[in-house]
Formats: sequence, structure tokens, C-alpha cells
Amino acid sequence: MKQLIKNLVETTGPSGFESEIRALVRAEVESYVDEIRVDALGNLITRKGKKSEGGKRIMVAAHIDEIGVMVTHIDENGFMRFTNIGGVNPFNLSGGRVRFVNGTAGVIGVESPRERGSVPGMEKFYIDVGARGKADCPVKVGDAAAFDRPFEDLGERLVSKAMDDRIGAAIMIQALKELKSSPNELYFVFTTQEEVGLRGATTSAYGIDPEIGIAVDITGVGDTPNSEKMDVGLGKGPALKVKDRSLVVDPRIVDWMVRTAERENLPYQYEILTYGGTDAGAMNLTRAGVPSTCISIPTRYAHSPSEMVDYQDVLNCVKLLLGAVSHPVTLD
Amino acid sequence: MKTKAEIEASLPQLKDEHVQLLKRLSNASGVTWDEGEIRSMVLEQVKPLADDVKVDVMGSVIALKRGTGTDRLKVLVAAHMDEIGFVVTVDDGDGLYQFAIVGGVDVRQLPGKPVLIGKNRVPGVIGARAIHLTTAAQRKEAIPLETLRLDVGEGKVEVGDRVVFATEFWQTERSLFGKAMDDRVGVVTLIEMLKNNPDNIDLYAAFTVQEEIGLRGAQVAAYNIEPDIAIAIDATPAFDFPSEGEKENVTYRTRLGDGPAIYVMDGATLSDPRLVSHFVHAGNEYSIPFQLRQAGPGGTDAGAMHRQRAGIPSISISVPNRNAHTAIGVVYKEDWEHLLQLLHAGLSSINPGILAQER
Amino acid sequence: MAEVKNFLKEIISLPGLSGYEAPVREAIARHWEPLVDELQVSRLGSLEALKRGRGTEPRHSILLAGHMDAVGLIVTQVKGRFLRITDLNGVDPRVLPGQPVVVHGRKELHGVVIQPPDNLVEDHKNRAPFGIEELYVDVGMEAEELEELVHSGSMVSFATTPIEMGEDILAGHTMDDRTAVAAITYCLEILRKRIHSWDVWAVATVQEETAYAGAYTSGFSLKPDLAIAIDVTHAKGPGTSEKSIPDLGKGVALGQGPNVNRGLYDRFKKLVEELEIPHQVDVMASHSGTDAFALQVIRGGRASMVLSIPLRYMHTPVEVVSMKDIRRVGRLLAEFITDLDDTILEELQKEVEA
Repeated sequence: MKQLIKNLVETTGPSGFESEIRALVRAEVESYVDEIRVDALGNLITRKGKKSEGGKRIMVAAHIDEIGVMVTHIDENGFMRFTNIGGVNPFNLSGGRVRFVNGTAGVIGVESPRERGSVPGMEKFYIDVGARGKADCPVKVGDAAAFDRPFEDLGERLVSKAMDDRIGAAIMIQALKELKSSPNELYFVFTTQEEVGLRGATTSAYGIDPEIGIAVDITGVGDTPNSEKMDVGLGKGPALKVKDRSLVVDPRIVDWMVRTAERENLPYQYEILTYGGTDAGAMNLTRAGVPSTCISIPTRYAHSPSEMVDYQDVLNCVKLLLGAVSHPVTLD
Repeated sequence: MKTKAEIEASLPQLKDEHVQLLKRLSNASGVTWDEGEIRSMVLEQVKPLADDVKVDVMGSVIALKRGTGTDRLKVLVAAHMDEIGFVVTVDDGDGLYQFAIVGGVDVRQLPGKPVLIGKNRVPGVIGARAIHLTTAAQRKEAIPLETLRLDVGEGKVEVGDRVVFATEFWQTERSLFGKAMDDRVGVVTLIEMLKNNPDNIDLYAAFTVQEEIGLRGAQVAAYNIEPDIAIAIDATPAFDFPSEGEKENVTYRTRLGDGPAIYVMDGATLSDPRLVSHFVHAGNEYSIPFQLRQAGPGGTDAGAMHRQRAGIPSISISVPNRNAHTAIGVVYKEDWEHLLQLLHAGLSSINPGILAQER
Repeated sequence: MAEVKNFLKEIISLPGLSGYEAPVREAIARHWEPLVDELQVSRLGSLEALKRGRGTEPRHSILLAGHMDAVGLIVTQVKGRFLRITDLNGVDPRVLPGQPVVVHGRKELHGVVIQPPDNLVEDHKNRAPFGIEELYVDVGMEAEELEELVHSGSMVSFATTPIEMGEDILAGHTMDDRTAVAAITYCLEILRKRIHSWDVWAVATVQEETAYAGAYTSGFSLKPDLAIAIDVTHAKGPGTSEKSIPDLGKGVALGQGPNVNRGLYDRFKKLVEELEIPHQVDVMASHSGTDAFALQVIRGGRASMVLSIPLRYMHTPVEVVSMKDIRRVGRLLAEFITDLDDTILEELQKEVEA
């Protein structure tokens, strides 16, 4: 599965510019699904199976967009100013690399700070692609880029940019490949524009009208020095979402996830995220309501170019997802 | 569908009648929730032009102009009728009233302004302490909203009345000055589009309400109409001030004189790239100047429209507006004319094939 | 007089945090059952009750929404004998130290929120309030026992007992928005003896405090022709003395602003004056912060109204309300519903087009 993850994370696809990553995902899943289409916002929607006795229509969603930047101005010396696509912390910018959708590589520079030790606002940063001026600049105003760091296999741990949420996509792809049978009608949706407001999930869920929603996305951790006070840690198993800023998960759904994990003999942890949301929050509000949750992959350094996950957690997430969708869903 | 030559020949020109209509609309009062006066004027204009006119439950006006021929795209174009302003909240006695801000208005734009209050447009002022009675230290701080009052003298107003700046529209050779350019320019543009509608599409002209506080009218309109494509036409800020010494102004958003602004990304929407290419192409093809709005904060009705139902490919195209969301905005006539032309050229040359390729 | 107070005292004491409304829903269902024709539970857990009108079919429907979810806390970590918590949906940490709470673990555990000594917390300024992540909940147990009963993700509710302050005034937690449920119940009681032609959907919505999720989804599936959100609004009191804020006990607050249909507002204003029901106007420059935000625009939109009950100290365990104000809302709703006929929608439409 590591090669699949590497291919996914190393593809450039900031929110709104997902066609390349979508093509890659499509090639991976095409032969495993019964139906496949792309909707108005670019979501890749696949269906596997039909509902049988006791089955439900389940939407599983991972987003294929990543955070990034968009060029707002190119000055006469070829330096480019930019704005953020999704949640970008200026803290993570200086000296970083970007890769434009058109393939151009660039470096992020920053003006000398007035105060030593303070983090400048985004307007003090710029991108340098080695151009001398506007004329020879291979990038235009309005072009988008993602942050660029290669995938690194540390053995038990994997590091890359865009684990959020290509790791979720990888988990879904792997689950699709291993799926043997299910009484449920499964929609595996690779959503767009999550980072800018759960937009792809909003429209794709409306179109599908599922009964249950399962997002597969990253979550933060509390196991690094002086971190947020959070019980979630790497290597302790998939995190079962209880709450984040977009959603409080229906307790029957939390129970269902816990029972599934226990039945499959998987480790798990409870997740409360005090910031952030996922596609589950959008699915929850759809039409007449869709009880939803998220299978979360604990991730260190989220929204930095070096997000770290535990490989065993990832494999267990695949097993948990399969365990959840392959059987009838019983909510007490 | 028209040929290139036909489209070129039919490109609209900005005429005095457009400016006069804008003047009437700019001078009228239509703060969010209180769009009635604007709505009446819009209805008066569109009834003779459209095949069907409806007012929906939110108060938006939806005017349909059908095209001819087969395979027509259903295009929703939205311009909002509401403007930013204020609302009277407390009667303090003695002709003084407390008020709240409706929509996004910087509190530093308020002191020393004349206003018009309520349906009867009762004149009032937002005063400010005389300079003689202030210290240099005090003048370094913005005057807080809580200390400001509407003063109507002996006039009669009610708590709940909406309030507008008392700006009188005027024009110069190059420019138009008035309040509510955002989005009365869009409203007149949309009326013109009904008059000279491209006949290869079904045009749903939606004059929406409540854009300024959250794109509310557009949400309902787009849900009900279910168009193939949605376009928001608005007025967008231009911060095109001169650079200070070495420091280049890199956050101008748009520039007056550079043409209508096509949005790639704003705070609420990532425009559909197929539509961006299409309008960019139309601009180049018909030699209509245009600019790309710098990505950054802000939103238009497209923010609500693109998220409706199973998703609607959307884009925003706006006229640059200096001093937006204040008593007096500034718009160049040439930018407005080019907006009219770009929309006409783009929509006259659009066909369902545009949605055949994936986003 | 006693019924509203007793109803309220009963239901505010039942747990029902956002997403976890089942306990209070069951109690409300028991009270509503004899008052309505049909009861159902939405996919997200809202209680939807239908009282049919007598008009000929197809009948129009009006939806009354009061949210049953409460504000509270959630356990983030079990640390030995203590629990760490965070805000679930809108609690100012400064009202927490010393508060009695209930932890919903495998058993209901009663405990107290404790603020640590200033000197035990790194980088803490003396006498400054603590952030919620520094507070603890103590249920008086040993670590091994606690671990068995509570986990990260367990919910925590306020446990302050309701306080009667004279005949008319009641203080307690979760008056936001169970007072609205009480007002709706009062309305349904009155309607038992009235003839009305429209169908009435009384909905105790879920998850208002987090995402208006109950309002969006019940609004979508029930698609009413009119919607009224009943919620609480701030009432003047210490620390809240702006003149624009309504007074406690001085009547129903009629919402006036973008989430409210002008025609409905005018009708409610006229009705309260005719009925001589004390009322105040709640001018809203922007959004109402109520279920009307969702009900107004979902699934093609509809005319909506906001009626509010003035309340002091919102989102604290000692929210103060007047029983009179609650009954006023209930009565106003019943009168409005009884007056509904076949012409109102057309008239509202004409008024917008005028």
C-alpha cells in the first residue's frame, strides 16, 4: 500500500484544481466499481453494489484536494505574491517549496521581519520560481500551487505533504480493492474542495442521498511535546470521531464504530477535535439528514508539508472501514 | 447561435439611459431586508422585457427570457438589489437614535455623514465631536460605534427603520460616483442583458435580496431554478492606490480602467475553470479588455449558487469599484461598458458542449 | 401557571446535549403524544409532531421549531482521578469553576468543575481566568474505577437544580431553548380546544447549537409553507444593559430583520397589539442566531418568523426566564395558527410584489 500512498501524496492538487489527482484515483478504482462519474464540482463518484436485505446506502468520502496557494501578483522582478487556498499557517511557509499545477517548481521567501522572532503575515511572503521578470515567468496570476515535499518511508511511520487527505483516499482505494461482498449500496466518493469549506461533499451527498455517511480523514494528535491536550496518538489505532467543529457524532454511530472495531479485533481511540471539520459535517446536514461519522487517521504536523502517520494505523483503518461497510449496519 | 461577426456587431454600448437608470437606483434606498424600493423599480423595468416575471418568497425578482433554437443552456445570472447601510435600534430621545451596521461597513466611514432614514427618507446626520474638543491622543483612536448617534433634529423615525448614506449620484467624463454601486451597476447590467438577451440561452435574471449578509436570496433562487450554469455580476473592490516609495501595492484586488474582473477564486467560490477559460477566451476573441480579480477575501452570490443541489458550475464577473462599502463608490464608465460586452460576447458564444469536459 | 413551570423543571433536568438529545426527546414525546395526531423522529433525532388541521386537503403546513439540545462540555482525557474537558458548543469557561456537573459515562456520575491553584499551572498569570483545558472535573473516584466508567468523548451536562425566584421567575440551565419547547407545548394545549385549518408541525429540533442541523433537515423533509423559530434572546441585566436589549418579563420579542419575512412580522405585530400581549421588538441587523436561519432558505425557501423569550445570562447554568413570557409566546402561536386560512400565502406574495 505504500506505493499507492506515495503516488497519491506526491500528486499536485490544491482545492479547485483536482483533475490530475482525480485521474490517478480513477485509474486505481475503475475496475473495482460498478458505476463511475464526475459531478459539477469535480467530485469522483463511484458506486459498488446494490442494496440487499437489511442493507443501507452508505456514502464513504475522502477528499482529494489539498491546501495550497494562488498567485495574486507578479512583480517586475518575477517575485510572486500569493494568497492561501484553505488553511495555511504562515508559520510553515518560509523556505518551503511549492509545485504549481502546471509543473513549475518554486521556493517561498519572506521579507526581513521587523521584529525578530515574530511570524510575519502572509502578505510578507513571496514565491520565487527563478524568473527574472514578468515576461519570462512560467506562472500567471491566478495559477495555483501545492506545497512540495517528497514522500518519506520511515518504516513504521510515513511522512509527506497532503496526507490530508490522500491517506484517506488511499484507505478507501485499498478497501475497494479488498472488498469481497456487502449487503449495502456503497458510494465511494473522492471529494473536491473540502479544505475551503466541505463544498464537494455538500453537493455530492445531495446527489447521492445516502442513509449513512462515513468520512475518512486525518485528525490531530496530542502525543508531541507541549501539544494540544488530546488523547489521540500515533500507533494507537484508528480514531473514532466523537466531535469536531463541524459535527457531534450520533452516539448510536459511535457505538456502531466501537462494536465494529471490537468485532474486528482492532485497536481504536476516541477523537475529540476542538478545531476543524470534515466532510462528515457536510453529509450530516444533507437533505433529510444523514447520520455521519469519520474514521480518522491520527496525524502529526497536520497542514504542514510533513504530515506523519503510523502505517499500522493506516492498515487498521482499512480493516475498520471494510468491517463497517461489509456488514449490515445495526444502530440500536 | 450567432457568428463571430454577428456577436461583434451586437456588442452593447454604454448609453446615457444606462447611466440615468443607475442614478435612480443608486439614489434609491435598499438596505438588506428593505429592498422594496429597488424591487419596484426593477419590476417596472423588467416586466416589459421578460417572458415571465416572478417574485419569490425571499423577495428576489426572477425574470425569464427564453432563447430560440434547440439545446439551450439554462443560465442563471444574479445581481443583488440590497446595499449595506444601518438600522435604527434605540430611541435615545431628543432626536437622537442608536443604530447598528447592516453588512460589512468599516466604522471609520461613519463620522460626519448625512443619512436618509426609513421609507420617508427622513434626513439625519451621524455627527462627531468637534476637533476643538478633542486631543491629539484621542484622534489616534477610531470613534467607537457605541458612541455614534443618528441625529434627526425634529424629524420622526422609528426603531427598525433602515438607513442609507444620503449620497447623490453624479458623473464626470470618465467616472460614476454614487452609493451602492455594489450592486446597482449589476442590476442595470442585468436589465440590459434582458433587453439584448443572447438568444442561444434561456436567461434567468435573478435580482436577489440579502446578498450582503450571506448570499441568502441567491441560495433560494438557485435551488429553485436549477440552472446549468450560474453567473454572479457584482461590484468588487479596487484598492488600486499608488505605491508608496519602494513598496509596490501588491494587494490592489482590481484596478479601475483594466476592465471587468473575472474571478478565479474568492473567499466563497472557486470559479469553474471551464467558465473562466470561456470568458477569458471571449475577452481575447472580441478584444474586450478584462482583468483577473486577485484571489482574496470577499464573496458573491456565486458562493451560494454553486453549492445548491448537486452542484452548479459558477463564476463571478464584476465591475471594479473604488471605495466600496462606503458613502461614495467610484466606477469607470469604460469598465462598465466592457462588462456589458464581455457578458454578451461570452453568453452569445456559449453552448452545452462547455460542460462536456469534466471540471 | 404551575404547569409550564413544572414541565420546564422536568425537561431542563434531562440530559440532551447537541447530538445526544434522546433522553429529553423521550420526555417531550410523552407530553406531546396526547396533544398531536402523529409523532416521528427524524434521521438526526429531532422530534416531529403533526397536529392535523381541519381544512380540506391538500392542507398547508406551519412548522414551529424549538431546539431541545443543551450546551455543555465533553471529556477530552481521563487523567488519574480527574477528567479534562472541553467546550462542546458555546460555554464561557469563566462560569465553570465550582459548578456541579453530571458526567454521562457508563453510569451518571455527579461531580464538580475545579479550577487549579494559580501557581500549579505553568505560565499562568495570577488571578487570571483559566482556559477550559486547564480545568478539571472531579467525581470523587479512584483512578481504576473512573477509567472503567468514563472515556474520552463522554458528555458532561450542567447539573444545577432549578431555582424558583418567586411565582413567575425560574433560573436554571438549558432554558435555552427548552423554554421554547415549553411555549410550543403550551400552544398545543390551547390548540386542543381550537379549530384550525392548517396542519401544524411542532418540532423539537436537534443540534441547533452546533450547526442548525435539525432545522435544516426537518425543514427539508417536512417542507412547510411557513416556519416559526422560537428561541431565547438576551434580556437586560448586569453586564448586559444596552438599551437595545429587551427586558425580562416584559413580553415576547418579535424578531425584525433578514431571517424574518416582512409580511409575517407585520402580522405578528398587529396580532400582539390586538391581543394586548406585551411585546418588544428585537431588531436584527443580520442573522437571528436561531433555527430560522436554516428554515428560511432550505429546500426552496419559505416565509419565516422569529419569536424570542427574553433570558438573562445565556449559556450559563443560571439562565433566568419569566413564565409569563413563555405563556405569552404559546398563546400568540395558538392565536396565529387559529387565524391561518387559505389566503395568507397569496397575500404575503402580493405584498412582496407590491
